[in-house]
Amino acid sequence: MNAFWQTSTFFGMFITLFFYGVGLALKQKVKHPLVNPMLLAIVFTIALLKIFNIEYTAYNNSAKYISYLMTPATICLAVPLYRQLDSLKKNFRAVMFGITSSVIVTMLSVLAFSRFFGLNHASYVTMLPKSITTPIGIGVAEELGGYVAITVASIVISGVLGNIFAESVCNVFGIREPIAKGIAIGCSSHAMGTVKALEMGEVEGAMSSLSIALAGILTVVVASVFATLL
Amino acid sequence: MKIFKQFTIIILFSFIGEVLHALIPFPIPAGIYGILLLFFALERKILKVDDIEEVSSFLIFIMPLLFIPAAAGLIDAWDELRSSLTAYITIIVAVTFIVMIATGRITQWFLRHSRRPAEEKEKGYQS
Repeated sequence: MNAFWQTSTFFGMFITLFFYGVGLALKQKVKHPLVNPMLLAIVFTIALLKIFNIEYTAYNNSAKYISYLMTPATICLAVPLYRQLDSLKKNFRAVMFGITSSVIVTMLSVLAFSRFFGLNHASYVTMLPKSITTPIGIGVAEELGGYVAITVASIVISGVLGNIFAESVCNVFGIREPIAKGIAIGCSSHAMGTVKALEMGEVEGAMSSLSIALAGILTVVVASVFATLL
Repeated sequence: MKIFKQFTIIILFSFIGEVLHALIPFPIPAGIYGILLLFFALERKILKVDDIEEVSSFLIFIMPLLFIPAAAGLIDAWDELRSSLTAYITIIVAVTFIVMIATGRITQWFLRHSRRPAEEKEKGYQS
């Protein structure tokens, strides 16, 4: 059967759209952070591929046309950011301070955990870019000699966690300023978290979008310094 | 016609981003150059939000969908993750939450610290 899936131009795209649609429908019925259309579609897709023993490459052969829109969609995040230009100008120092601290906190905590678990250098640098957007993360992991596939997995899991738990974390830990929420979400879970931030509010979404770009760029520089520490 | 024009502009910025990515030897992807350039174009009034409004809202609206194919790729990463599963999963989960909480609290502290008391009152921010 794999032969057919290999060549199908619509199968992967269809099941992705279909499962996402199912997720959206469920979300309207059940209000719970785990009833998350994106998470459900990922779980259903993986389950379907496992059950019918379809290779990921066969699925992605047509689903990749969905991923194709990722770059144009990312660029569009400039619009919510521009709409919050005043807020950005007014709080510029706080925004920069927040994003810079997030990168340092990420690096320090990855370093601490890696020492605790006795990871080798390659595994350690694999985890350094875990909170930033996938394309930058891949570049950083490659440059520092990490395992790129694991970096990608860690980025995806961080994004899913942020998307699901961002709202609860902000509530529980008393993060109430919209700007602080947006930066916290964008810096810890890149674009997947930003999707949630945009749902929470325009300021949250804009600050989260900005964090993807700035935390990503800053990580390129800071990670190369931190790579020498283990 | 409007949608066509908007889509063309967005793809143009994606393309410019791609060109910069090819020219500049840093691991910064096309999308990041694109978002910064588009923001700059809007800020300098070279473009108006109206010029891309509908298509950009649509693309942002479907963004969660766009992550699904890449995330389903976790299926192939399993074998590699398994080598140090506990360490990797602990780091991924713990660091995500640590960074989210620390960044949120630090930024909030800085915001409130730098805000003048009068402004605080006028804006009605309360903890």
